[in-house]
Order: sequence, then structure tokens, then C-alpha cells
Amino acid sequence: MRTLLIAEHRGGKLDAVTAQALTAALALGGEVDVLVAGAVVSGLASAATRLSGIARVLAADNLGLAHQAAAPLAALIVSLAGDYDTIVAPASSIGKDVMPRVAALLDVMQISDVIEVLGPDTFRRPIYAGNAIETVRSRDGKKVVTVRTSAFAAAPMDGRAGVVNVAVPADPRLGRVVSETQKTADRPDLGSARVVVSGGRALGSKANFDALLMPLAEKLGAAVGASRAAVDAGYAASELQVGQTGRIVAPDLYIAIGISGAIQHLAGMKGSKVIVAINSDASAPIFSVADYGLIGDLFEIVPELTKVI
Amino acid sequence: MKVLVGVKRVIDASFAVRVKPDGSGVETDNVKMAMNPFDEIALEEAIRLKEKGIATEILAVSIGPAKAEDTLRAALAMGADRALLIEADGRNEPLAVAKLLAAVAKAEGTQLALLGKQAIDDDANQTGQMLAALLGWGQATFASKVEITGTTARVEREVDSGLQVMELKLPAVITADLRLNTPRFAALPKIMAARKKPMERKSPAELGGDIAPRLEVITTGEPPKRKAGEMVGSVGALVQKLKAAGALGK
Repeated sequence: MRTLLIAEHRGGKLDAVTAQALTAALALGGEVDVLVAGAVVSGLASAATRLSGIARVLAADNLGLAHQAAAPLAALIVSLAGDYDTIVAPASSIGKDVMPRVAALLDVMQISDVIEVLGPDTFRRPIYAGNAIETVRSRDGKKVVTVRTSAFAAAPMDGRAGVVNVAVPADPRLGRVVSETQKTADRPDLGSARVVVSGGRALGSKANFDALLMPLAEKLGAAVGASRAAVDAGYAASELQVGQTGRIVAPDLYIAIGISGAIQHLAGMKGSKVIVAINSDASAPIFSVADYGLIGDLFEIVPELTKVI
Repeated sequence: MKVLVGVKRVIDASFAVRVKPDGSGVETDNVKMAMNPFDEIALEEAIRLKEKGIATEILAVSIGPAKAEDTLRAALAMGADRALLIEADGRNEPLAVAKLLAAVAKAEGTQLALLGKQAIDDDANQTGQMLAALLGWGQATFASKVEITGTTARVEREVDSGLQVMELKLPAVITADLRLNTPRFAALPKIMAARKKPMERKSPAELGGDIAPRLEVITTGEPPKRKAGEMVGSVGALVQKLKAAGALGK
């Protein structure tokens, strides 16, 4: 049995979710190859050779893959699929975009957002914003799987696999990426941070959001997250949204500040190890999932916490 | 330009879903149903394109039980011109839905398919991408802004690293994210008028779609429950607890 894992990378660096998805890929029981696709990937490919337990790294180097857009990337993956029983990718915005395209081209049904691998064809995955977990068995000959990486520990980086260059099929030229915001590197990434400090609508403005949350995040070396309400109100950028339809996080410590805790938000963070909720409303649903709750005025509590923590 | 919008009937987003004790699924009796919220956003975008004179006709398509007629009536009341119900009971997987939508899009000469980025029941996030693959069209998922000029769609997408702008050649598939727009409420006269709008019914077999499920759902269970935590009285007490729990690291 052979598995192809699609590596995630950004800004010339291998993303931490790749090592987490690898743990899921290895749990399938077969040999795992890792595909690194992009423009100028030799550095990335050699970084990927360090992933523990893999057989080979496949390097696909082509300018058309620079943004890992769905159409050219799917064409590449499909061209390689003949050699593999299962194709795995992190359920990131790239994986979610490309993998269903791959699955349809292979005429198989994708298994999305896997949180546990029970066997080579059997998986557990959340549905209804995590309010139920279904166990599914695939009847397809080939499997296409995306992994909720927050549910898997990262595989170690002590491997020494070899690199094989693979041919890149012609770009179907159905579209092109015009621009992409470059993430500022001053904060850890939400998906892999050990601590997340998250703010909600109760912060009242972007100025308050920044003034209260940033110093605390700075002190804790934390990533910053936000509720949908805070993003909709313009307090925080869209990529910071934590929840069913935003980022799914499971840090060691999640501090929810002024977030009431709609089920869609809880779906994105209730896998966190320790949850702290700070809210002025004692009846806020966030307290039902919090390990430690503190009721009171955010504008007093958060600066005090920042000072003493 | 003819626009196709996919609409799915799902359990209302505000409703607390309960897992059946026998593990056979979630409770659907006496549960409020509604149009999948992301599909509502996709439909609103189609209606705005029509108001701008870009879309000429909006066809709303639903694959589901006979009751999905209610969802399609809601789509007609919002502003869709025609509706097509493809009656298929039970669990319809994204691959099957995409195949049926592809058959409809081909027959209709669709230039743009607008779908929600995911349905809030199975949370699969697949149908739009699969539809694009089956038709050989370009795709822009997770759209937060759509501009159509001639035969080009310029789409702003919400991705993990921020925002990405794509240009697609039409025909294409676009899937709607939360911040694309705020869907309108249908006023009563429009709801009344929607009763007179055309609603067609087809079976999956008429469209030649193979809808046999590829996944077998073995069981549906409860998620792990977090045990109740404790309230602390002060910042000092909180920090002590966090230190004791080792949550503050080194």
C-alpha cells in the first residue's frame, strides 16, 4: 500500500501542518511519499527529506505551481495518482481547494477533515460543526483524504529520504492568481501556535482589539485569533477567524476574550488543551467549555493579566 | 449569462443538533430546516449579478427529498427565476451532487455556477470543486468578492494566509464564503409571487447520474465532552491555576 502526502508550504518554508498530516498518513500503514509542488522547490524538498518515516520526496518545480492553485496542482496530483492507493493533504485552504478537484477527476468520494485513522479505509470525521462524529468506510479503490491537522501530533524531523524530480503536466490555464497578501511574520501562525489569544465582539473596536490583545499575545508568544463577530465588525483580518468555517485550532492554551461562544466558534477551538474564558456575561456559552473562567470587565482584566503573566 | 445556484436543505444553523442514541445519525424529526447559509450567500450574489445586468437568468437547483421544494421556493422568493428539484432521498454525497449539477449545467448552457463553500451538515466543502473538475472549468473557492467583466471573473478569496485575488475565464465555478454579502430577506409579496414561478422536477436517472454512495457511514457518535471547568475570582488566581496546570510553558 502506498500513500502520497501533499506537503504544505508558504513563503519558502515547509508548514508545520505537513508533519502533522504525515502522522495521519503513516497511520494508514503503507509507504509514504511526500509531494512538494511549487516554483523553485529544491530548498523545500530538501527540508521535506527530514520528515521522519517517509520513503521519498517528489519535487515538482514549475512557475505555474507558484500559488498552488487548484487546477494546475490537481492536474499534477492526478498525473501521479496511478502509483498510490491513498492521497492525503492537510485540510488547509490549499488542501480544501485542490483535493475535491483531484477526487472528482479520479471519480472517488473525498473523506474531508479526518480526525482519526482507524484503518486504511476507515476514518473518523466531525460533522455538524463538530456536534457529531461520524465513522466512515470508503468503498473507492483509491482514497482522497484531507486531515484536520490539529488532531494529530507532528511527526519528528529526523528522517533522511531522497528526492526524485517529477514531470509537471501542462497547466490547464483556467485562471491565474493576480495577487496574494503576504503574511507578516511577526506573530506565530494560528494553525501551529502553542498559545492562542482570541478576541470577540465585546472588544468594541479594532483599536481596542489591538490595544488589549496584542501586548498579551506578545508576552505569551501567542498567535492572535478572533470570533466571526469580531472579523465581521472589522476588528480583525479574515484569516484570524477561528471556527467551523475558519481556522480549526487546538493549542496548549486558548484564551477567549470577550467571545460569547457560538457553536460555530466552539467548533474551531474546543480541542484546545486548556481553555480560559474572560467575559463580562456570566451566562456566555464559552464558559461551558472553559477550564478556567473569569467574569468581569475585559478592559481591567486583560491589562492586569498582561502585566502579571 | 446564465447562472446556476446550488441550494441544499439542511438543519437550521441556530438549531442544536442531537445525535441519535443508536448511532444511526442525528435527530431530524421535529427539527427546523433551512437553506444552507453559504448557499443563501451564493444565491444573493447571483441576484446582485442579475440586478447589475450581468446575469440574465438564475436557475436554483436542489438535490434532496421532496421537502427540498420548500428550500427552492425560498430561493425563488429571494430572486431566482426558475427552480429544479432533483429528487433523491437519503444521504447525497458531494460527488453525486456534483455529477447531477454538471449534467444540468451542460444541458442549460450555464456560464457561472455559484455554490456555498460548504454545507453546514456534512461540512464536506467539496461540491463546487468537484463540479469544476467534472466540467473542466476553473474554480475560485471561498470567495469574499466577485467582479465579472465580459468573460472574466475576478474573485477575492479568503485563504489561510489572508486574501488572494484570482482571475478566471468563464465558464467557471465560484463558491461563497461568509463575507461575500449579506443575503436579503424575501418580502411577503415576493414569497406569494414565487408560488407562480416555474419549478421543474427530475429524477437522478433522467440526468444519467450515478448517485450510489461511495462512503459507508458505520456509526455517528457524540463528540468527546469537555468536563466542566471552574470559575476563578481574580487574575492572580487564574495565573496560579495556569501555572499549576503547566499551561504557561517553561
